[in-house]
Amino acid sequence: MTAHADASRQRIHDLLTTEEERVLQRWTALAKTSGEELRDIYQALRLAIGEGRDDLTDVRGLLAELSRERARQGHTPSDTARAVYGLKEAVYEAVESDGSADALRGFIWFSRLIDDLGLYTFEVYATARETIILDQAEQLLELSTPVVKLWEGIVAVPLIGTLDSARTQVVMEKLLQTLVETGSEHAVIDITGVPAVDTQVAQHLLKTVFAARLMGAECVISGIRPQIAHTIVTLGIEFGDIVTKASLADALAYALSRSGTEISTPRRTRIAVRTEEV
Amino acid sequence: MTGGGHELPITSNADVVAVRQRVRTLAVDVGLSLVDQTKVVTAASELARNALVYAGGGRASVEIVDNGLRRGLRLSFVDEGPGIPDVEQALTDGWTTGSGLGLGLGGSRRLVDEFELTSAPGKGTTVTVTKWAR
Repeated sequence: MTAHADASRQRIHDLLTTEEERVLQRWTALAKTSGEELRDIYQALRLAIGEGRDDLTDVRGLLAELSRERARQGHTPSDTARAVYGLKEAVYEAVESDGSADALRGFIWFSRLIDDLGLYTFEVYATARETIILDQAEQLLELSTPVVKLWEGIVAVPLIGTLDSARTQVVMEKLLQTLVETGSEHAVIDITGVPAVDTQVAQHLLKTVFAARLMGAECVISGIRPQIAHTIVTLGIEFGDIVTKASLADALAYALSRSGTEISTPRRTRIAVRTEEV
Repeated sequence: MTGGGHELPITSNADVVAVRQRVRTLAVDVGLSLVDQTKVVTAASELARNALVYAGGGRASVEIVDNGLRRGLRLSFVDEGPGIPDVEQALTDGWTTGSGLGLGLGGSRRLVDEFELTSAPGKGTTVTVTKWAR
């Protein structure tokens, strides 16, 4: 670091110390936020600059806190960054009244520092959002793969949406687990809600069926719509001896008959009333 | 040729889904029947995944084309991967260097009306397919 840079940095630090009240007041007015948080940040920043080191960990920690707090209150990340940038304007007023070359040179350096810190609040905001999205994706994965019991000994997995490797994994695990827990011997995998069946989806389905078979359960794939049937044939995918049905109802009827459950439509009891004439 | 040209990156599974959705939207716009929509979407899914799995990623472009008589959808998948040394073999059903079913490339050719594949080892692969509305 050159002597110039050192001197200008020192000048900014002096200004931050002597003009603290004025700058803080101006900053609070510009940022339209409570003075207490800003005071903490201001003091941490002044300390960091005063010690002449580039360690801004404390300042960043406080800024992260500010960013989160403001996000909770419904401020946009731009608002928060703008609040941080307000400090530049507040300090510039102090620099202007000082007027020395060192102070002006220092201000350029200081301005760049604040730019970085402003961007940092933005980053914190983005990271927080990212975490929320990841959490939700995970929750969605859990929610979107229910295994339901249709009948004694028959479970069903209604699949909706895109079937990728991660989801197949979850579906397979859940299905196998449910087969054990319920002691079911029949499973229906319904793909009515799967928009397209390509070779990967087909492969995932086949693997799931084979895994269930290893556990002694028979799978029926239902919900094969006409366009899906067309596509599967054209692609050349063979489902082998796996039973497929057009609708979930057909699959249930098939599984019921396989498990030996008979369904009979109850006969209507006819009541005949005879009147006798006396 | 009419508009609708869009270049989409293929760098993750989520991008494959995005390509599929884009193709579906345009397939509806161009008036493909439900069966043909599903076919072209499935072909897009296969080819995009091929670019992702075998070339580590690539680009897809989707455009609406018009040959004066019919409208159609043209999809291009471009990657800079290792290329395919033997195209005939790659198009054979059941043949794969990966862990898939080996039906993606050959199956895609059957799902569309026009299929063009250019590839050379070390030079990447370009697959262009067209589906015409009936």
